[in-house]
Parts: sequence; C-alpha cells; structure tokens
Amino acid sequence: MVTITKRAFAALAAVSVLPLAFGSLDAALAKDKVKIAFVGPLTGALSPHGIGGRNSAELAVKQMNADPKTKYDYELVVLDDECKPNIGVQVVTKIASDRSIVAAIPHYCSATAIATVDIFNRFKLPMVVWAAVLPEITYANKYPEVHRVSGILIGQNRVGAEFMKARGYKKFVSFADSTDYGKSMNKYFTQFTTENGNEILGTFAVPPDQQDLSAELTKIKELNPEVVYFGGLTPLGARLRTQMAKFGINAQLEGNSGIMGDAFINAAGPELAEGTVTFFDSPPISKMPGGKAFTDAYKAAGYSEPPEAYGPFAYIATHLVMETIEKAGPDRAKITAELADVKDRPSIVGPITFDDHGQNITPLTTKYVVQDGKWMVWEDSEYAAGKRKLKNLP
Amino acid sequence: MGMIGQHLLNGMMQGTIYGLVAMGFTIFFGVMNVIKFSHGDVLTLGAFGGLVAVWATNSMGLPVPVQFIAAFAAAMLLSAVAGAGISHFLIMPLRNAPPLNMLLMTMMVGTVLREAIRLFFPNGTNPQRFPELLPSGGFNIGSSFFRTDALILIVAGIASIGVVYWIINRTKFGLAMRAVAEDVETARTMGINFARVIPLTFALGSITAGFAGTIYGLYYSEINYGMGLLLAVIGFTAAIVGGLGNIWGAIIGGYLFAGLQTFVVAAMPSMSDYKNVFAFVLIIMLITWRPTGLLAERGSERV
Repeated sequence: MVTITKRAFAALAAVSVLPLAFGSLDAALAKDKVKIAFVGPLTGALSPHGIGGRNSAELAVKQMNADPKTKYDYELVVLDDECKPNIGVQVVTKIASDRSIVAAIPHYCSATAIATVDIFNRFKLPMVVWAAVLPEITYANKYPEVHRVSGILIGQNRVGAEFMKARGYKKFVSFADSTDYGKSMNKYFTQFTTENGNEILGTFAVPPDQQDLSAELTKIKELNPEVVYFGGLTPLGARLRTQMAKFGINAQLEGNSGIMGDAFINAAGPELAEGTVTFFDSPPISKMPGGKAFTDAYKAAGYSEPPEAYGPFAYIATHLVMETIEKAGPDRAKITAELADVKDRPSIVGPITFDDHGQNITPLTTKYVVQDGKWMVWEDSEYAAGKRKLKNLP
Repeated sequence: MGMIGQHLLNGMMQGTIYGLVAMGFTIFFGVMNVIKFSHGDVLTLGAFGGLVAVWATNSMGLPVPVQFIAAFAAAMLLSAVAGAGISHFLIMPLRNAPPLNMLLMTMMVGTVLREAIRLFFPNGTNPQRFPELLPSGGFNIGSSFFRTDALILIVAGIASIGVVYWIINRTKFGLAMRAVAEDVETARTMGINFARVIPLTFALGSITAGFAGTIYGLYYSEINYGMGLLLAVIGFTAAIVGGLGNIWGAIIGGYLFAGLQTFVVAAMPSMSDYKNVFAFVLIIMLITWRPTGLLAERGSERV
C-alpha cells in the first residue's frame, strides 16, 4: 500500500489547485460579452444594401473587439427584416424581448422602420437607425430610444428641386412607390418643386413589387414630361428605368437616396443608368474624413459584396453604440441616456450631433450623376463640365 | 384619350400572358378535375430554365436567334417535365382523394419549387436580369408607340394558343385527352392508355406556363422567384371567370383581367396602385352574376 507523506500531500494539493486558480484568473481577465443587434434586409431584392450594411457593422465590431483597451467583448446578432414591415415587427419584437441584447442598429427601409419604432420605445431598447430616411421615424414621436445617423429625405428633395430648376427643367412627373416612404418622397418633391415655380404634370403611385408599368408609362408618355422623378427603392427604380427605355420615353430620370448605390446600376445596366441624377445625404466614401480608412479596412476584411451607399452609416452607427456602451455600461436605460448627449462626435462621415428627436443634424446632401457605370459627384462629372448633357435639357 | 391604341396593346400583352396561364389551369381541370396551384411556380421554373439556357448559349458564343430558341425550348422542356412529374408522382396516386387534399398538395409543391429557386439558384433571392433577345425600340402610329418586342411576343403568344387548340381538337392525343375528360372508365375500355395520357396532358398544360414565363422575361427583362404567385392567382381567376374547363373562356378571362387593370390606370392614373383591387372587385361581381363563368363549361366541350 502506498502511503502519502504530509509533504507529498501538500504538493499534490497545490498541483490540483493551481489550474483552478489560473482558471479563475483567466475568468477575471476575460471581458464580459455584450450583445447588440443589427437588422436589415439580408434576403430579397434589397439585400445588396442590407448585406453591405451588415458587413460594415460587423467590421466595426471586429475592430472594437481587436482593441485590448475596451471593457467588453461585443457580439453582433444579425437579423433579416426582408424590408417588410410585418417581418420587421417580428424580428424587432424578438430582439427587444431578449434582455441580453442591450442596443440595436436597425433598418434600411423606411416602411419597416416606421412600423417598429413603437416597439423600441415600448421595450426601452435604445437604437440607432443606419439607413432609413423617412422624417417621421425620428420626428413623429419623441422617443428617447430612437436615434438616426443617416439624413432625412426632406433635404434630398429640397436640393433636388433647386438643382433641377437651375438646369432649366420645368415639367415633371412624379412616380413613387405606394409605401409611407414613397408617399413622403412624393410629398416633399411636390412641395419643393411647386415652390420653385415648376409644374407637376402627373403623380403615379404603384406597389413596390409591381412588375408591369406599361399602363403608367403610357400615361407618362402622353404627358410628355421633361423629367420623371422617382421616389422609391432600387428594384422598382431599375424596373422603371428599363421600361421607360422600352416605351421610348426620353425624359431625364431624377432619383434620390433610394436608388443610390451600385445595385441600381447593376440592375438597370450601365447604359440605361447613364445620366441618372440623384441626391444623397452624404459625400462619397472617398471624400469622407475617415473614408479611406474605412475602405481599406473593408477591403482587408475580405468582404466580397460592396458596402453600398449606407455601409459607412451602418459602420458609424455600430461604433457609436459600442462607444456608448463603453461609457455607460451594458444597460439599456443608461445607453439611452448617454445617446441623448451625443454632440460633435467625430465619425468617418463627419461629426454626429443628435437633436432633441435623436436625429443627426449634420449630414451633407450631395448631388450625384451616373457616369460610365459609376455614381459620381455632380461637380466632378463630365456633365457639370459640359462635356456630356443630361437628357431633355430645355 | 389619344392613347387608346397604346393601352390596347399593353392590355393585349398582359392578357396573352394571363390567357396562357389560365389555359393551363383549364386543361388540368377539364381532364382531371384538378386545380393545380403549383402552376405559377412551374412557370417560374420554366423562366429560370430559359434564363440558364440563354446564359449557356451566350457563353458558347452562339448568335442571338439561337439563344432565343434555346430560351423557349429549355423553358418549355423544363416545365413539361415538372408538370408531367407532378402529375405522375403526386396527382395520380391521389386521384381518388378529396379535391381539397389535391389543392393543398399542389400548393405545397409550388412552395417547394419557389423556395428551391430562391435558395439554390445563384443569387436567387434577387431579381434576375433577363437578356434582351428581341429588337428594342418600336414605331409610332399616331400617338401610340408600338414596341417591336411586344408585337412579336403577342403574335407568338396567340400562335401558341392556336397550336394548343389545334392539338386538343385535331390530333389523336387531343382526342384521347377529350375522351378521358368525358369519362375515364369508358375511355379506358376503348383502349386509351390512361397512365400515358394524364402526364402528357399535364406536360401540355405546363408547356404553356413555360412559354408564358419566357415571354414574361423577354418583355420585362427581369424574372424573380416570386413572379409565379400573383400570375397564378390572376390566371386561376381568369380561368374561373371565363368558365373553368373551357379553353376559350380562359383566354377571354385572361384578356378581360388585363383589360380591367389597364382601364383603371388609363381612366384614373392617380389610382394606379389600386388597379389589382379594382380588377378583383369587378371579377367578384362578375362571378356573382355568372357563377359558372362567362362561357360555362358544357359537357361536350370540356377541354
């Protein structure tokens, strides 16, 4: 029989306790996990935008987690709202009722965002919208949980109306989708265009998934406008452009942030997209203060899909949420309170300042035109230089 | 209203697509008393088959007319195989089950087809650009603009309706189909191979769907995995309003539905987002007025 001496026993005890001690030391060093949610269209026709936004948000989380100075280890919970209000309500209810999720970066589509703002308020879940531009999302209520880094569509339409007037266009037709987003686009387009003394010959609204536009385009052709204004998102916009050409309608197409991004040019084809003008609440990534750093990091992360127009906004929204958690801790109420004080916060798109409705008030509306299959800032384009001409110029 | 000609042409184009879809419904119902709700998704499958054929022939450097023929051939072949397969493996074994089971089963098959395209076709969740294989442009007559591709597609669609009518009424296979439609048992006693006629009938009905799917892709330059859903509802409605089981009824129903949609937009442009609502309300009124359809199915003229 083996007898164990006192010394041997002590050594054995020490050896067996050591891993426990180191284990607990590891645990003490490990950061607490904090969950934040990203919501956007990951399937369906608008998925290029949703995936670009998701990749950008993921990039922000990766960068934050790689920083040894942060207090928490962040986990991004990604959910697909399919750009449908009913699905958006389901997924937002899901994240809002999950107490382990402390904040969210939701929505590309305005129609979805306007359907879910009440849920964020009811469940006291702070959020920062990354793309939807309908004014009512922040301004219809004064919900302390609701914030938005992207601009609102009022500015786009004001700048758009002034731009078109300056080119000499006078006769317009409005073609918008029949969602809240399209209605709001049409409302502000009509307001600013008529204020400028220009004429709207007709207004058309169709469901965003309508395929056949021939009856509407027949009427538009009869009205013979100089400009067709489009208030809607990429799939319908590309369909409108394609079918306009098939009907021999030579009007200039005026868009807005809903068609901004590579997806529109890919869907309509570079030839048909050529010369389309649009107005978007941000300069191109290359001209943003931190644009190069973002583009380089995005490339280095190896994403095969482009960030699209709102990727940088998803990135800054996610960064902002994580910075706030670092300051206030992973607590919904404290994060909400901390977000209310965001003022002149530096970001890759310029400083962020939330007004009393949680709306970022500093976006810069920029004019764009498609030239050779790429969106270009108007001032840098051959159109502005007079080498190329917009359609139907009076 | 100087654009009446233009609206008529638009309505004709849509009506041709609806009529082709409705014709499939009426063939299935006429022969087997089956409402095959996967019909719209078979159309989608055909259209995607046509798109792949265009990609393949284009990458081989074949000329556009060959790509055009390949698109139609692939779409029709794929939808024919799908239709015959559905009838052989699913409808035949269930032919004595209650009609509701059959309806439910075909709806589920449709969902499987649709989701399979969405999940397994590359980038299947997004709309796919269908290449333009027909001459673009057109010409003006008065204030109407006649799209060349639309004219070609309307003629092709009407010709295909004529061919199907000819097959049913002038060929031996058509005779067998009509015999089975009249009375299965007597037809079998007279030596008609029931097990062969039924899948062929479903193949014929589905070919019209594949044809319609390709026309759709060529006309709109775009197809997507969900396109068959609304087309099936409209095609089925057209078949019912025309008189389910009567081919002419289906075609009239198709053009009528397209006419109603076009009329709403032409008469009230600002109400264009209500065009399906108006069209369906008017159809409901029509069905209430004539529950058996405009051209009621008569025993001797089934299929």
